[in-house]
Amino acid sequence: MVRRTHLDDQKIENLIANLLRAGLVTAAMVVITGAVLYLGSHPWARVDYRTFHSEPDELKTAHGIVRCAFSGQALCIMQLGLLILIATPIVRVAFSAVAFALEGDRMYVLFTLLVLAVLLYSLFGSFLIA
Amino acid sequence: MNVLEFTFLVWAGSLAAGFLGALTGLGGGVVLVPLLTIVFHVDLRYAIGASLVSVIATSSGSAAAYVKEGFSNIRIGMFLEIATTTGALLGAYLTAKISPSAIAIIFGLMLMYSAYVSRRTRPRSAIEQPPDPLSTKLKMNGDFPDTSGMRHYNVYRVPAGFGVMFGAGALSGLLGIGSGALKVVAMDQAMKIPFKVSTTTSNFMIGVTAAASAGVYLSRGYIDPALSMPVMLGVLIGSLLGTRVLVKTQTKQLRLVFSGVIVLLGLEMLWKGITGGL
Repeated sequence: MVRRTHLDDQKIENLIANLLRAGLVTAAMVVITGAVLYLGSHPWARVDYRTFHSEPDELKTAHGIVRCAFSGQALCIMQLGLLILIATPIVRVAFSAVAFALEGDRMYVLFTLLVLAVLLYSLFGSFLIA
Repeated sequence: MNVLEFTFLVWAGSLAAGFLGALTGLGGGVVLVPLLTIVFHVDLRYAIGASLVSVIATSSGSAAAYVKEGFSNIRIGMFLEIATTTGALLGAYLTAKISPSAIAIIFGLMLMYSAYVSRRTRPRSAIEQPPDPLSTKLKMNGDFPDTSGMRHYNVYRVPAGFGVMFGAGALSGLLGIGSGALKVVAMDQAMKIPFKVSTTTSNFMIGVTAAASAGVYLSRGYIDPALSMPVMLGVLIGSLLGTRVLVKTQTKQLRLVFSGVIVLLGLEMLWKGITGGL
């Protein structure tokens, strides 16, 4: 019984490893694409990060970033890559919930859904209070 | 500085931080914020945002390599993530409420603590005790591959570990770091989890914890794409190189030097926090 559970866990972990790698590679490719456009368009502009003045609205929400990135703006494409990066662990958690459900482990399905709820709230709901 | 120079220098600095962090096992994230604020004069909030993004990148990168080895315990990780993610959410909210000076002071203390933890010798694992009823109920006890086949381990003091994890999550959200040092302490010291299992499980959890505060950071406008881009790409490449080289090098001297650097950065952050220089 113990042995069998371990093997199942191992199979799930292999899938998770591939998922994380795929998410990371996709994110890096999108960020690099945006970076090439960004560096190519105004390489000699001056930069100053001394003072904080938040980001424009289209770079602050998931749907704003996606919409703006598809209009081809370099900053938004880089931000889309970062959004994919942030989403990767969230997808991983969702995936674990399914895996625990397939194993019939209700207790851990519940735990995993709790974690997922916190993550989704942070990404989609936190602007309500932020 | 113009865009090209700035991007390249930040990329190179992040690469070095990621490389040394992976090589010494101290994590690159912890030196990134001081590097960006002290050397590149970046506002603390942008620095924290960029650092957090790179923490997710390194965690995903190394977790992908670790999980296949079968050391990490997915149930321990998931259960403790309840604590780390809610803690991270709280920490991320607090960054807007606490003054940058106070954050710098907390950061300085955290840096020195990380250096201290890395210097301490690890206590030998205690003699086998009877399994703990709570961890048995939570199905946390497990096996991991050892030199002599599979080795069994039991998990203890789950509530204490859960509490420390909440704190680790809050610090991660507040400072934009992985707080791997605290996570390993919770699992090693409190829960008596074997070192190999605790380090890999901690690494696995860092990305999920960071994702919980990243959403809040994003909606507050702390994540600047043009700054986070070179930081993320630099740290990622640096840490991947670091783990490659790790197997072949003697890291004792390097660890000593790097913890020295961390202490100095910690003092600098403390000083900036106290004098209000950030």
